[in-house]
Amino acid sequence: METLDYDVAIVGTGLAGLRTAIEILRRDKGKLGLRVAVISKIYLMRSHSVSAEGGTSAVLYPEEGDSFELMAWDTIKGSDFLADQDAVWRFVHIATQEIRLIERWGVPWNRRDDGRIEQRWFGGLSFPRATYAQDKTGFFEMRALYDTLLKYENWDRFDENFVTSIVIENNEFKGFTAIDLKTGNFRYFRAKAGVIATGGAGQLYRITSMAASSTGDGFGLAYNAGLPLKDMEFVQFHPTGLVPRGILITEAARGEGAYLVNKDGERFMKRYAPSKMELAPRDIVSRAIMKEIMEGRGVYDDKSGLYHVWLDMRHLGKERIEERLPFIREIGLKYLGIDIVNQPLPIRPTVHYNMGGIHVDIDGKVLNASGSPVKGLWAAGEAACVSIHGSNRLGSNGTNDCLVYGYIVGNDVYNYIEKERPASPNLSQNILLGEEDRIFGKILGKESGGEDVYQIKDELKDTMEKYVHVYRTGSDLEKAVIKIKELKERYKYIKLSDKSRTFNYNLEHALELGFMLDQAEVIARGALLRTESRGAHARLDYPNRDDANWLKHTIALKGAEGPLFSYIPVKITMWKPVARVY
Amino acid sequence: MKVRIRRFDGQKEWWQDYEIDAKPSDTVLDILNRIREKHDHTLAFRQSCQMGSCGSCGMVINGLPALACQTRIGELKTESIRLEPLYNYKVIKDLVVDLTDFVNKHRSVKPWMIRKNPEELEEASMEFQVTPDQNLTFVQFDYCIMCGVCLAACPTVAIDPLFLGPQALGQAYRYIADPRDEGFEERIEVLDDSHGVWRCHFAGACSYVCPKGVDPAKAIQYLKKEILKYRLLHKKKASVKPAELVQKAPPANAPKPPPFDFKIEGGE
Repeated sequence: METLDYDVAIVGTGLAGLRTAIEILRRDKGKLGLRVAVISKIYLMRSHSVSAEGGTSAVLYPEEGDSFELMAWDTIKGSDFLADQDAVWRFVHIATQEIRLIERWGVPWNRRDDGRIEQRWFGGLSFPRATYAQDKTGFFEMRALYDTLLKYENWDRFDENFVTSIVIENNEFKGFTAIDLKTGNFRYFRAKAGVIATGGAGQLYRITSMAASSTGDGFGLAYNAGLPLKDMEFVQFHPTGLVPRGILITEAARGEGAYLVNKDGERFMKRYAPSKMELAPRDIVSRAIMKEIMEGRGVYDDKSGLYHVWLDMRHLGKERIEERLPFIREIGLKYLGIDIVNQPLPIRPTVHYNMGGIHVDIDGKVLNASGSPVKGLWAAGEAACVSIHGSNRLGSNGTNDCLVYGYIVGNDVYNYIEKERPASPNLSQNILLGEEDRIFGKILGKESGGEDVYQIKDELKDTMEKYVHVYRTGSDLEKAVIKIKELKERYKYIKLSDKSRTFNYNLEHALELGFMLDQAEVIARGALLRTESRGAHARLDYPNRDDANWLKHTIALKGAEGPLFSYIPVKITMWKPVARVY
Repeated sequence: MKVRIRRFDGQKEWWQDYEIDAKPSDTVLDILNRIREKHDHTLAFRQSCQMGSCGSCGMVINGLPALACQTRIGELKTESIRLEPLYNYKVIKDLVVDLTDFVNKHRSVKPWMIRKNPEELEEASMEFQVTPDQNLTFVQFDYCIMCGVCLAACPTVAIDPLFLGPQALGQAYRYIADPRDEGFEERIEVLDDSHGVWRCHFAGACSYVCPKGVDPAKAIQYLKKEILKYRLLHKKKASVKPAELVQKAPPANAPKPPPFDFKIEGGE
């Protein structure tokens, strides 16, 4: 075992993780000489933020009619009033600075002829404020952050290090344990402050726009450490996933004017959101597509056996497509041999985002079971749930959340170390030896049992896809809960066939699966308990929003027999909930 | 379908054959996942986004470096597939290669925004003024996903381990061509070197295999031109004009700024 000492250890290297690292280093400029460890289970620059496509919302030119109030209102209405309004209010103000800051670090925002930054429409917006760089916005943002991080000296990169646990003693963060995948060595990152920025968990499902690496490890790490997860039943389905894989076709396609049509060639959104049409928020459009399919107006794809509808961009013209949606054209050509200039794309909802996450306060401090901060631990980005997005995130509000909370958490971490000057933590070796034995002895070394990691993962994906989808019912969710319980039991008997230490993906996947099973249970049980429909959580047996009983956040804690649920109030400071019509 | 994979376990190297069900619409990455999940849990390969934007799954497919996630079986038009780790890298295990040298070379060209006044990178009341045309001078080179495929195709990388390579050089040019950057002089020493731009003899293989259309070979030739101009004519002056800061939002009827000018005064 190897111990590595740092002031700050950041797990996860998407937009939120990189932005946090930069904020700490640029503020420090050698003053305290803080040393930062940047840890990723894949290579830096491979994190799934690179696949964010359409845009990043911010109020840039208020003189043209946008305002912070309008952006906050859009976000809160989009959240179906489950967002914490104080956090939203802060978020919309910081987003503006972030757009301009990363512009200076290199993001090639699309421009107007006069050299200012161009913005476009996105679903659920009252003003075209999605700031974009072609349809590779997240990618260019990642490039700018990664490149900028390279200019600083006081950090070390730990590519391909898989974090296995958060070490917390007496409500104080003491570091992370990890496996160096290249060597198989066990590592202890001893740090005064820790940040979790591990993104979401699309891999729980079969059809997802999320990367193979999006297994929600941060959720699992926090849950296993006895920390609460919040609002996990709210899983976002992006309306336009390419059939059959679920590859993301950006909402910006509709922002630029694309139509959604069913098998009869009808623009069906007129039935569901007559004023916003294709630009209604994601939960509404996803439900509309599933409704069309359920009522027999979908198109059957015999190659995949999936039903879908069409996303039609032909009327946009080749020039506009090449300027604003070149990546979508490339995806159509490379994966289906379809050129969107001449043909529509087959699409259906695809799992895209977790509104829920690690329970944090407005500064990104991770909260414990009694609602007070764990000393020295933060979370940011999709892994965290403040909550800004409530029960449904608006498109173009994901990347800015990562940037804003990278900034907020970076500063909060810095303030903490500057003010409190914490010492390097002390930890009994037993905890570390126990974790090392759990991984290399009990999981890797186990010779008994016949269960297969990939078989269980397959069954989990099928279960979630079938029973915990866009539309949910009590009886489906009960089936999911029973099946997940069975899979969890079988997981105890997994046996790995790769026994090597170097790049043992079999071991990594087994550990990920452990996290995934816990999350699936929290999502399905939370969804079963929530007897209302709100945002992305749509119950056919409880079709209405129920503010009298359910205007509250779900809190899930790990118990001996599965998750224990409790509820906390939503912070409503500006607008009382009203009917959500578009 | 027969899939033949060059494997390595840290000590010995061997070819292993798998017989796999495959549809023409499957990608090579689908096939690899099928092998690992159903046939052989020990096979090591990298993957993440599965949609050609993260750069994890570069490998040699039927002799040509490419991304596994963007190569469909149908388009290969072969009865069997042969997979190897990227050429010109040290192999760690199976299809996983060591990228340490690759990322270090990239960092050595200072691939970040440089301004003469560094404070301009720290405060953000207004954006730099960049026209759509000016964006076009560098944005193609900003498509680089750092997959490392170009180095596997480069004949010069194969014979000169110190050569910076097409990725790093292309990224140096990405910033040099950016009207917001003023860092040409800070980068010139590492670029104007016998292992820098001059080592490239313009085989163009990098651009041929680049999955994102970055065209690093073109970038390197532009770099050669910029360096020559600088050395011959204006030793103290960078040849790329920096963008002006926007002080306040210009009025809607403001005249268009002049097009981005690549020439230097008195040059040519």
